[in-house]
Formats: sequence, structure tokens, C-alpha cells
Amino acid sequence: MNMTLDIVILLALILAALWTVMTRSLLRSAIGLALVSAILTILLFRFDSPLAAVFELSVCSGLISVVFISTISLTEPMTMKEVIKHMKDRLTRFWYLPFIVVIVGTALSLLDIRLNIKVPPAETQKDVREVLWNMRQLDLIGQVTILLAGVFGVAILFKEGRKK
Amino acid sequence: MLYLFIIVPLFILMFLNLPFRGLKRAAFWLAAALCLFQMFLVLFPDSFFWKLDFAWLDHLFKFDLAIDGLGEIMLFCIGLVVFISVFMGRYINADADEKLNFFSLLLIALAGLNGIVLVKDVFSLYVFIEITSVSSFMLISFYKRREALEATFKYLILSAIATILMLASISLIILISGGTSFSLMHEAIRNSPHDFLGIFAIGMFLSGLFIKAGLVPFHGWLVDAYSSAPSAVSVFLAGIATKAMGIYTLMRVTSAIFGFSIPIGNVLMLIGAVSIIIGALDALAQNDFKRMLAYSSISQMGYIVLGFGCGTALGVAGAVFHLFNHTIFKSLLFVNSAALKIQTGTSRMDKLGGLARKMPLTAVSSLLAGLSTAGIPPLPGFWSKLIIIIALWGSGHYAYAVIAVLASLITLAYIISMQRRVFFGEPAGEMENVKEASPGVILPTLLLTLIVIVSGLFFPFILENFALPAGMIIK
Repeated sequence: MNMTLDIVILLALILAALWTVMTRSLLRSAIGLALVSAILTILLFRFDSPLAAVFELSVCSGLISVVFISTISLTEPMTMKEVIKHMKDRLTRFWYLPFIVVIVGTALSLLDIRLNIKVPPAETQKDVREVLWNMRQLDLIGQVTILLAGVFGVAILFKEGRKK
Repeated sequence: MLYLFIIVPLFILMFLNLPFRGLKRAAFWLAAALCLFQMFLVLFPDSFFWKLDFAWLDHLFKFDLAIDGLGEIMLFCIGLVVFISVFMGRYINADADEKLNFFSLLLIALAGLNGIVLVKDVFSLYVFIEITSVSSFMLISFYKRREALEATFKYLILSAIATILMLASISLIILISGGTSFSLMHEAIRNSPHDFLGIFAIGMFLSGLFIKAGLVPFHGWLVDAYSSAPSAVSVFLAGIATKAMGIYTLMRVTSAIFGFSIPIGNVLMLIGAVSIIIGALDALAQNDFKRMLAYSSISQMGYIVLGFGCGTALGVAGAVFHLFNHTIFKSLLFVNSAALKIQTGTSRMDKLGGLARKMPLTAVSSLLAGLSTAGIPPLPGFWSKLIIIIALWGSGHYAYAVIAVLASLITLAYIISMQRRVFFGEPAGEMENVKEASPGVILPTLLLTLIVIVSGLFFPFILENFALPAGMIIK
């Protein structure tokens, strides 16, 4: 039962990701990405990783969506004609990708690989401050720096457009 | 104290972006001084700075960092190349805001590159690779030119694929190691009964690194990114960014996590040899100066991977020495390309000609750097290639040694062809009023030329004190 529910959530994740990539508007894409993060959060909770889940929800679903939506607000939307052309182009170029995914997935499931690995338990007992500030302090600072670089990039690349 | 290499660039970045007057003017001096200080600290490990007491900061930043001989060489190269980019950026960028943004991105990249060199944890390594990648994307598309944006997009997509491969590999190894530190993963891979899982994970990680390093056949992004980026950014990318993210990380994870083995060595030597040949042949066919240099970079990085894949202490020392040399002479050639582009308005070699009389310093430095690339004695490129070839021959890889020698001839052919088309002969009509470049380009040219000459003449010192100790990373 649990396994079936996980598979359903995984399928929902794939559908949300597909919608994010295929949708016509950038804004909807950003919302789709936030949805992907939210579904991933559910999965992480189910896999006993509450810290990772909270981090995913707050940073990826929250903060990064805010950055994306702020960036999109600085762009000019495409005309309907351009949107239709883009959709057609994308379909002609990438129609075979879902088939490849299905074939590879089926092949892997037929291989029936069993590794017999005892998966190490997730960190659930430790205090979030202990994990973020003592165990993974360097990664935390690193990830803040990546966000900083992204924000700098948005400011640099879109500044002129905003002036115009 | 090693954490200062990561924290200080970020503090300077925040300080420079405070809303106070006069800070924009200080941006260049602070960024340049930081890079020079980094080089000083590496060159003088017994200096006063290392004896200072930073107990209160030590208490605040508890990073798990380490440095060895290879790391020291990398930190020196990072300091030097970022300094050159900062210096060129000061003269090439027009207004103060543009300069501040440019230096800010370079400072983020500096923190990222230093982090790559110093970390001992594979997830942290991934985070710092991403910091460098994101700042590189922004730097390539800095002026928002169409071809640069297209190149950035290509780089971004391929970089994302590399990221997926590396993250998937890390997650597979965590299944058996339970942690992400280098030592924990190394022990887990060595003792794991799951051979298939280990090989699959190593294969994915290496493929990701081949993309980051732009090695053949994963080089689709590199040529466009190098050739369409602003000049100061081309120097940064070709000089250090690709090397730190791709080649250095390859050396580090192979020695510290996967453990060097004959199959890994064989894969590396094959990829290295293919990159040497394809890169050199493609460079021969180019008409654009920067594109030729980009293909030449692929070929020279192939030499580094070939030497490292050989797996002997001498081979690794040769690879590390060539990594250092390539940083210097390729940065110099890209600085030369900037001089040509700024002074003539083009980098197409069929439109140039006879510039040796108009730009003598650029012509001489380009000749020296080019001959070093081709491995002509007594320039440093000759010594590092010689060491790699001796190591290959000594370990019984005769075919690879022959390939390395023959590819040097192709390298010499495209370097001589470039010199002839750009600098020799009579100047083309529209080149009559061309002058030598401004100090912003000439001073880096002089500095890099000096290092090329010194490292060629004093190669035994560099080999003995830096390259050979660094070659001991493979136990």
C-alpha cells in the first residue's frame, strides 16, 4: 500500500515536471516548479527526512519561486503567435523523449536489479540548528552564495530591460 | 584559517555592494589586492599571516578544509587568473556600475574556486562547483550579446546534465557509505561488495566531470562559451574555471574517493588521447583566433588527463606541471586575443596580417605562448609534455606516447599558421592605423610572459618543489 502511494506521488511529480516544461507561460512554469518542490517535500516526509523536506519546501518551493517570479516580472511576455510557434517547434523536436523514458524505465524494471543494500537511516533525531550550522555549515553558506550569484545575475541581465 | 579563502571574498563582495559613496572606486583595488594576497600566501607559507591568531573566527566557522601540494598550485593559479581578469575588467568595462557588477561576479567565482580546492566533502565540492558555474554563466552573458547568451544557454544545459550525473552518482555512493566525506566514501567504495553499483556511480561522476572539463566527446559547449564570452571572461574560463571544475576535481575525486585503478586510468588515457587529437585537428581548421584557442585548450587538457591517467607519480607530476603551464600560456594567448579584438575590431585571422610591426609586444608574447603550447624547448610547455611522454613510455603506454608526440606537431602547425596569418607579412590596408593595446591588456601580457619565461628557465625548481610533491596524490 505504502509502495503504491509512493509510486502515485512519483507519477504526480513527473506530471508536474512535464507541465512545468511544456506550459506556455513562464509564470505557469515557475508555479509548476514550486508544485514539483511541494510534491517532493511530501516524498521526503514519507521517507523520514523531515529536515530535507522542510529545506526543500522553504528554499526551493518558497524562496526560489519568489526569485523566478520576480525575474519573470522583468521580462516581456511572448505574443500568441510566438507561443504557438514555440509549442510546435518543441513538439517536433522532442516528441520522442517520453518514449525513450518509458523504454528505459521498462528495461530497467525488467532487469530486476537487487543490490541488497541497507540504506543508512536519515538524520531525524538531530536538532535542525545542529545539522545546518554545525554539520553542514559550509554547504549552507555555499547555497546562500549560489542564490546570491543568481540574484546578481538577474540584476545584471535584466537591469537594462527594466530601464527601457 | 583556510576558511578565509572562502569567507573573505564573500565579505568583500557584501562590503562593496553597501550603498556608500566611493565604494565603487575601491572595488578594483580590493578585488585585485585580494587576489595578489592569495598568491602571496601560497608562495610564502611561513609568512606572518599564518601565525596570526583568529580564535574567535575559528569558533564561528567550523569548516572541514584541507590543502596539499596540488591545492597550493591551484590556489596560486586561481589568484593569478582572477587577478588578470579583474585587471582587464577595469579597463574594458565602461562605467562604474558595470565594473562593480563584474568584480562582484568574479569575487563570487573566486570563493567558489577556492572552495572547490579546499573542501574534503563531496557534497560541498558539488556546491562550490555550482557557485563557480552560476557565476560563469553570468560572466559569459555579461554584455547580453546574442551569441554569448546562446553560448551560455548551451553551457547551462550541458552543465545541468553534468550536475544530474554527479548528484546521482553521489546519491548512489551514499547508499553504501552513509556519508559524504572523501575518506568515508573512499573506504566504502574500497570495501563494498557491490562492484556494479560502484562502477556505475564512478562512471556517472566521471562523465559529469568530462562535461565540466569540456573533453571530447563532451565538448559541445566549450568552444562557443570561450569564443563568445567577453575577453576578460575568456581568460577566466580558459585559464582556471574549466580546469578547477573539471580537471582538478577529476584528479581529486579519482585519488581521494574512487582510488586510482587500471580501468579508470585506461578510460582517462583514452579520453585524453581523443581530446588531444580532435582538439588539435579542429584548431588547425579554424579561422577565428578565439575559436582556435578554444580547440587548442581541449587538446592541451587532453594532455593533462593523459598524463594523469598514466597513474605513475611522474605522470601525475607531469599532468600537474602541464596544468600550471597551460593556465599561464593559455591565459596569455587569450589576453593577446583581447588585444587583437580591441585594437582591430575582429578576431578573424583572414582579416588580420602584418601586426608584428604595429603590436610588437603582443606578437612576441603570442609567439612565446604559442611555442610553449606546441612544446618547443626551453619553454615550460616542452618540459611538462616531455615529462608526460617519458611517464607514458616508462609505464609501457607506447601508443599514447607516440600520439602525444605527433599531436605536438599538429599543435606547432596551427600555432605557426596563426602567427603567420596574424602577425607576419605586410599589414592589410585597414590595419595601417593599429597601435599596441592599452595598459589594461599590456600589463597582464607582460606579467604572464615573464612567468612563461621564468617557469621555462627554472623548471627544475618548479618540478622539484611543486609538481613532484603534488604528483604524490596517487598513493
